[in-house]
Amino acid sequence: MTINRREFIKANAVAAAAAVAGVSVPAVASNLITSSDITKLKWDKAACRFCGTGCSVNVGVMDGKVVATHGDIKSPVNKGLSCVKGYFLSKIMYGKDRLTTPLLRMTNGKYDKEGEFTPISWDQAFNVMAEKANDALKKDGPEALGMFGSGQWTVQEGYAAVKLMKAGFRTNNIDPNARHCMASAVGGFMRTFGIDEPMGCYDDLEAADAFVLWGSNMAEMHPILWTRLTDRRLSAPHVKVAVLSTFEHRSFDLADNGMIFTPQTDLAILNYIANYIIQTGRVNKDFVSKHTNFRLGETDIGYGLRPEHPLEQKAKNNGKTKGSSTPIDFDEYAKFVSTYTVESVSKLSGVPEHKLKELAEMYADPKVKVTSFWTMGFNQHTRGVWANNLVYNIHLLTGKISTPGNSPFSLTGQPSACGTAREVGTFSHRLPADMVVANPKHRAIAEKTWDLPEGTIPPKPGYHAVLQNRMLKDGKLNFYWVQCNNNMQAAANINEEAYPGYRNPKNFIVVSDPYPTVTAQAADLILPTAMWVEKEGVYGNAERRTQSWYQMVEAPTGAKSDLWQLVEFSKRFKVEDVWPEELIAKKPDVRGKTLFDVLYKDSSVGKFPLTEVPEDRLNDESRDFGFYIQKGLFEEYASFGRGHAHDLAPYDRYHKERGLRWPVVNGKETKWRFKEGSDPYCKPGSGWDFYGKPDGRAIIFALPYEPAAESPDEEYDLWLSTGRVLEHWHSGSMTQRVPELYKAMPDALVYMHPDDAKKRNMRRGDLVKLISRRGEVQTRVETRGRNKPPIGLVYMPWFDASRLVNKVTLDATDPLSKETDYKKCAIKIVKV
Amino acid sequence: MKNLNLAAIASLLVLAVSPIMYSLNANAADKETINSVATLRDATPIDVQKEPNRIPQVVNKDIKKARNYPMQPPVIPHTIRSYEVNKNNNKCMSCHSRHRTEKTQAPMVSVTHYMDRDGNFLAEMSPRRYFCNQCHVTQLDAEPLVENTFTDMRSLMKAKAKSKEH
Repeated sequence: MTINRREFIKANAVAAAAAVAGVSVPAVASNLITSSDITKLKWDKAACRFCGTGCSVNVGVMDGKVVATHGDIKSPVNKGLSCVKGYFLSKIMYGKDRLTTPLLRMTNGKYDKEGEFTPISWDQAFNVMAEKANDALKKDGPEALGMFGSGQWTVQEGYAAVKLMKAGFRTNNIDPNARHCMASAVGGFMRTFGIDEPMGCYDDLEAADAFVLWGSNMAEMHPILWTRLTDRRLSAPHVKVAVLSTFEHRSFDLADNGMIFTPQTDLAILNYIANYIIQTGRVNKDFVSKHTNFRLGETDIGYGLRPEHPLEQKAKNNGKTKGSSTPIDFDEYAKFVSTYTVESVSKLSGVPEHKLKELAEMYADPKVKVTSFWTMGFNQHTRGVWANNLVYNIHLLTGKISTPGNSPFSLTGQPSACGTAREVGTFSHRLPADMVVANPKHRAIAEKTWDLPEGTIPPKPGYHAVLQNRMLKDGKLNFYWVQCNNNMQAAANINEEAYPGYRNPKNFIVVSDPYPTVTAQAADLILPTAMWVEKEGVYGNAERRTQSWYQMVEAPTGAKSDLWQLVEFSKRFKVEDVWPEELIAKKPDVRGKTLFDVLYKDSSVGKFPLTEVPEDRLNDESRDFGFYIQKGLFEEYASFGRGHAHDLAPYDRYHKERGLRWPVVNGKETKWRFKEGSDPYCKPGSGWDFYGKPDGRAIIFALPYEPAAESPDEEYDLWLSTGRVLEHWHSGSMTQRVPELYKAMPDALVYMHPDDAKKRNMRRGDLVKLISRRGEVQTRVETRGRNKPPIGLVYMPWFDASRLVNKVTLDATDPLSKETDYKKCAIKIVKV
Repeated sequence: MKNLNLAAIASLLVLAVSPIMYSLNANAADKETINSVATLRDATPIDVQKEPNRIPQVVNKDIKKARNYPMQPPVIPHTIRSYEVNKNNNKCMSCHSRHRTEKTQAPMVSVTHYMDRDGNFLAEMSPRRYFCNQCHVTQLDAEPLVENTFTDMRSLMKAKAKSKEH
C-alpha cells in the first residue's frame, strides 16, 4: 500500500517541483566552475559546538565565511560522522538577528531598569558595568558580585573568569550552567573515588558485551556515541542493551531489555542489583577486599529548597552533616541492601521481576563486560550524588571497572562541562585540578601559582547556580554577569526565582550572547558576543579528551568573544578599587596596577609573545592584548594539574592532534585510569589503584531509597519530566535559527499517553495548559510522537523559547551537589 | 503588560528582519519594545505567553531540497509516520537500500553508509548508520522565526568567476 502511494507521489513530483520553481522542465545546461583558485575551500578542524560527546568536525571556509561542515574522518570520537545538529553547524553563526552592538536599557539617554534597549558603544557599556560593579562592591562588598558561566565557555574563558572573580574581585560567586547538568556526577566521583571524571573512555563502546542506559536517551542526546553503541550491538549479536527510563524514548528502539520505572525508584533498583550480586555469590571478593572500603551515608538530607520550605523544616539532616558517612564492613553493607528484594523493588518501581533479574544477572555474570551510561536521569535528581555512588557500588562489587568494556560511564551534556566547568573549576566551591576554596592548602597553591598575596581567595564557597537566582530575588546579589548560557530559559521555577531576581530594581544584570535570548530579554545590558570558530579555544569532552581549534572567521563587526569581554573589563579596575589595604600591603608592587596587569598581562598568562601566533591565523584577542593570551591562559591553567594526575600536553600539540585524553604523561594519553598498566599514576604492583583516596581504595556506599521532593497527588495528578531533543542544542538559541533544524522540530509539545489524554477529553493537537504550584505554560498535546510516556507521566522539552516549561518546574536540588531535579515535579493539565 | 498591542506586533515584523533597528522603532515609547529583542518569542514579555500555534503538518511533497553544501545529509521530503526503525526492522531501507531502489525509484543511501568506522566497505549498510533519523529529519510546514544569512559557496564562486571575466 505504502509503495503504491509513494509511486503515485513520485510520478507527480518532478512536474510539481518544476511548477514550484517556475521553470520549464528541461533546464539550461550550466557551466561548471572548475578553476581551483575559485573552488578551493580552506578546511580546518574544530570541536563541535554542541554536546559533551566532543566530535571533531571539519570546517570549510571561503571568503571569510563558514560554508560547510562535516564530521572529521581523522577523529577517533566520530570517524567522519556528525549528527543532524553537527551537520548544520555551518549555519549556527548566521541567524539574521546576531547582536552587533551593546544594548542598554535606557530612558532619555540614561540607564533605566525599566527603559528600552538602546545601542551604546563598548566603551559606554564597560563604563556602566564598572560603575555598577563598584557601587555593589562599595555597598555590600565582593559578595554582591556574581557571575554565571558555562560548560560551553572555552577552557581559556572559564579560567580567565575564575581568576577575575576569585582573585580579582575576591568573590566565589561564580558558577557554571554545568551545575544544572554535571554537579551530581562530580559529587559522585569525589565521594566514591576522590577524583573527578570517568575512568574509562569511548573505546569501551567497542569492547563491552552489555550496555545499560540509566536515565540517558543517548539516541537523541549523544547521537554519535549512540551510533557507536548501535554499531557494536548490531555487528556483535551477543551484545545486549538494557535501557531504563521513566518513559519510553528512542533509545528503546535498540533495547533488549527496556524498563520503565516509577520516578525516583532507580535508587531502589540499584540497591536491588547490589543485593542480587551478593545473594548469588558473585561478589568479586579479591577485588573488593583489596580496593574498596564500605561506608554508611547520612540520610534524610532534604531537597535543597529554601530553608523555610516545609520539606526543609521536616528534614533531619540537611545541615552540615548531610554529606557525612561512617565506616561499616561488608556484612553490614550486605544487611543494608538485603531489604531490596526483587519482589519489593518490582512493586515499588513498577518494573516486572523478570526484567529486574535479567538486568541484575547481566551485571553479576563475571563473563559479561558491562558498560553503564548515564546522563541527566541520574544527575538531575534530588539524590543525584547517591545515584552516582550506587551505580559505582555495582561496578566495584564485581570489579567491572577500569578495564576495556567494564566501565561505569557518566556522560556529559555540554561540550566542555568536563574541560571548562570541572577541570578548570568554575564552580562556586572549586579551584583548578579538583581543588576547593574551603581548603587552605588549595588556596595557597592557587595564590602561589597566580603570584598573589596570601588571603586573596576568599575561603567561603560562593552562591551556586540555584542560590544565585534566590539571592538575586532577595536583593543580595546586585551585579550579575551571565555569559554563554540562557538561564532564564534553563533554570527551574523561573516564575518565582529567576525572573523576579533579574528584574529586582536593586540588581544590574549583564548578559553576553551572540543572539537575543530569553535571558538577554530579562537583562539590563546585553553584550554582543563572538562564538565558536570566531575565536580560538579548547574544549574538554566526556572521555577526558582535550581538543583545540583556531579562529577561522571574523565575528560580525561589533561582536566580541567572552574572553575579550572578561579581560577588557579587567582593565577598568585598579587593585586599590577591589582589594583592601592590608592585602595590598602584603604585595606592594601591585599598587597602582590594573586587574588586567596583575591577573593577565604581567602574570604567566602574558609570557607568550604575539610572534607565537601563526602569522596566517586570525586571533583577534591576542592581537588586541599584545600577547598570545589563549596559550598563556592554557599553560598557566595546565600547571595546576601537571604532576597531579591531571596532566595536559603542551598547548601547541593540541593544534596538531584530534585531542588527547588526560592525564597525558611522557607525551602519551591515558585510556583507562586507576588500572595498573594503562594508568601511569598507579602504584607498581597495585593492580588497581584508586589514588584519589589516600589509601587507594574506592568507597562502596550504603544509601537508601528516599522519595522525590514532589509527587503527584489528587490535584496535581501527573509527573512532569523535561529534557532535550535531538534537533536542538539546549535552549535552541543556535539551532532554532537554523531553518532545517527549526522545521524539523519547531515547537515543544507535551508528550502524553493516549489514555491520559482521553481521560482529560483531549486529543492530539489540542491546546492545553500545564499547571504546577509555581506557574503554568501552554502548549499542544502530542500522543503519537517519539516519546511514549506511561500513564501518569508527561514529557515536555525545554528548547522552545516561546513555551517556557521552566515556569512550571520545581527548583528542588540534590542537597549534596546543588543540582536541580528537572525530571520530577507534580502538575495538572487542563484544556484551554 | 499582559496584552500585546497591535503596534508592538507590527513593529516586530519589521524588527525580525532588521535587528539593528531596535531603537529606531517608531513606537519606541511603548513599553513593549523592551521585548523587541525577543525574536524567538515574537516580542512577547517573559511573564506572558503567546498562544501556541497549531502543530504543523509534515511536508510530504517528495520534492528534493537543494543541499546547503555537498556533505549535508538530505532532509526527508515525505512523512515517516509509523515507520519502524528498531533492532528488528528498518523501514527506510525498504526503499533506500541498493537492491530496492530500482523498484522504488527512491535515492540510494550514499556509499559512505556502507563503510565501517575504519573506512572499509561492507556488503550491507554499516550498523553505525542504522538509525537514519540521527542525521535525516523531516520538515514541518512551519515558517522559520528568524532568517538565516548562511552563504552558499556557489554564490561566492560565481561572484569570483564573474569578477575574473571582467
